[in-house]
Amino acid sequence: MSSEATPNIAGTDGDPQIAAELAETGLIVETPFKRFVSEFLESRVAMGALLTLAAIVIAAILAPLITPQNPYDLGQVDIMDGRLPPGSEAFAEYTMWLGSDGAGRDLYSAILYGLRISLAVGVTSGIIAIAIGMSVGLLAAYVGGRVEAFIMRIVDLQLSFPAALVALMLVALLGKGIDKIILALVVAQWAYYARTVRGSALVERSKEYVEAAASLGLSHARIMFRHILPNCLAPLIVVGTIQTAHAIALEATLSFLGVGLPQTEPSLGVLIANGFEYMLSGKYWISVFPGIALLITIVSINLVGDQLRDVLNPRLKR
Amino acid sequence: MSEFMIRRFFQSAIVILAMSAIVFFGVNVVGDPVDMLINPEADQADIEATIRALGLDRPIGEQYLFFLKGIWVGDFGKSFIFGQPALQLILQRMPATMELAFAALFLSIVIGIPLGLFAGLRPESRASKGIMAGSIMGFSLPTFWVGLMMIIIFAVELGWLPSTGRGDTATFLGITSSLFTLDGLSHICLPAFNLALLKISLVIRLTRAGTREAVHQDYIKFARAKGLSDRRIIGVHLLKNILIPVVTVIGLEFGSLIAFSVVTETIFAWPGMGKLLIESILVLDRPVIVAYLMIIVALFVFINLAVDIVYSLLDPRVRLRDQGA
Repeated sequence: MSSEATPNIAGTDGDPQIAAELAETGLIVETPFKRFVSEFLESRVAMGALLTLAAIVIAAILAPLITPQNPYDLGQVDIMDGRLPPGSEAFAEYTMWLGSDGAGRDLYSAILYGLRISLAVGVTSGIIAIAIGMSVGLLAAYVGGRVEAFIMRIVDLQLSFPAALVALMLVALLGKGIDKIILALVVAQWAYYARTVRGSALVERSKEYVEAAASLGLSHARIMFRHILPNCLAPLIVVGTIQTAHAIALEATLSFLGVGLPQTEPSLGVLIANGFEYMLSGKYWISVFPGIALLITIVSINLVGDQLRDVLNPRLKR
Repeated sequence: MSEFMIRRFFQSAIVILAMSAIVFFGVNVVGDPVDMLINPEADQADIEATIRALGLDRPIGEQYLFFLKGIWVGDFGKSFIFGQPALQLILQRMPATMELAFAALFLSIVIGIPLGLFAGLRPESRASKGIMAGSIMGFSLPTFWVGLMMIIIFAVELGWLPSTGRGDTATFLGITSSLFTLDGLSHICLPAFNLALLKISLVIRLTRAGTREAVHQDYIKFARAKGLSDRRIIGVHLLKNILIPVVTVIGLEFGSLIAFSVVTETIFAWPGMGKLLIESILVLDRPVIVAYLMIIVALFVFINLAVDIVYSLLDPRVRLRDQGA
């Protein structure tokens, strides 16, 4: 066994003895994925952020099971419970640890239900924007020439306006509603993905495996999506993570301003806006707790994204 | 050179034209202008008369040309709510927004550059790490949330500063602004700082990066070898060189300060054009929305055009690359 053994354990999977011997000789016996995981977890901050994020996502998904109240079922909300401070006893005999809002909703329940909407809007718009931006960026890099020049002009043009302004302009024209917000966020974000994918696809396109695939007579679509795209995923994942945090913050901002989601789809931003009117009279909790939930979500996504960038960036490889 | 400028100028004109089409069709195709423009209690004859008066019975292309003609002479129609021309309404609010944006710009320079310089000169010190952590927070915390916290802390709990409105104004050198009165200054503190926060973080990072690069350059070593004082090296030699990118970025970001003032103005009830936009969206005052959007697009296009031209004067490579593309 030469000391130049491949660092990939894949070939030894069926044979634990070889794997054990390799481990004894001190060679790296990790799959790229395992190496990626262990490098990611090297940072305690990133690990904490990842755990927090996982807890938030699980709590949002399980919201109906772990909250004492469905805040949007009018039968369960009692107006007499309105504006109770944190730790108060609700009429229905459970403790409102985070207090209640102006309509008597338990804030803890409202926050988890709000998280569901905020996350859903952020992730949905992110996925659609990635799908569009990725295809357009890939097409630009693969076809080149006038098509590329035309696409990149539009991308550059859009990126010269801040994403928040683009989204604000769209909601100003389209009006309220969850579908319109998602559309606005998609339009505000796709250009970032298009630029990212085009940048890495340009590099990949000139490599030999692409030439090999082309000489095998594979279709353009197959070369683009099955050969080039997988090699462009690393930066896309990083940008996607950070952009999702931006999208969630942007949706919260628009909803806070009253031009985002309507009261019938109360995301965290809507909850914060509802508490704003009580803030000056000292009933801080109605706005502050949903805000803290929003902050923890955004900051933990950003921290995970930062660590992903460090781990996936080949220039920083140790 | 002039060829480059003419081409850039044409591109900008095309962008504005394209945006006017997007805005126009956004208003007239996505939403039904008849619902928006006409009093719901009007009877059928009134409705038809108004449709004809507004030209809504014409083909859509003709309406668009009419709309363009209106823009050309600065006529965006009258606000449904105020009954005043939309453009006039926005221009009335513009000084308040400009004042806020300039105050924020000023804050981001006087806070951001010294902090960034310090973090760049002593990157390992605890204070520098604190500054950098703060700048990361400045980037990732939503502006509106920080604004709310500032109101809770400084206006509600401590009662130091007012949290709403613009305060007294005074006229000095022909400019009417709240910056010239004590009451006005106390009112602008919180909103300006809130608006500046993102830019402060940006300036800190740029200055720090520039400083860390510059301290290892030969001209700094040479200045030290000459025996110049630290103050002179940092204040003259270093600062002069790192300021160029910082000033460029700040200039480019001015447009986004005005765009983001929409959020700050709403929180602090600052009577600027951003707050007007949000109010107009909430009551569907379309002429004002359209006028605001066109003004802000024109502003951005103008800033980008100006930066491009200045850059091409400073760096001929920009011109050449553009010809190649």
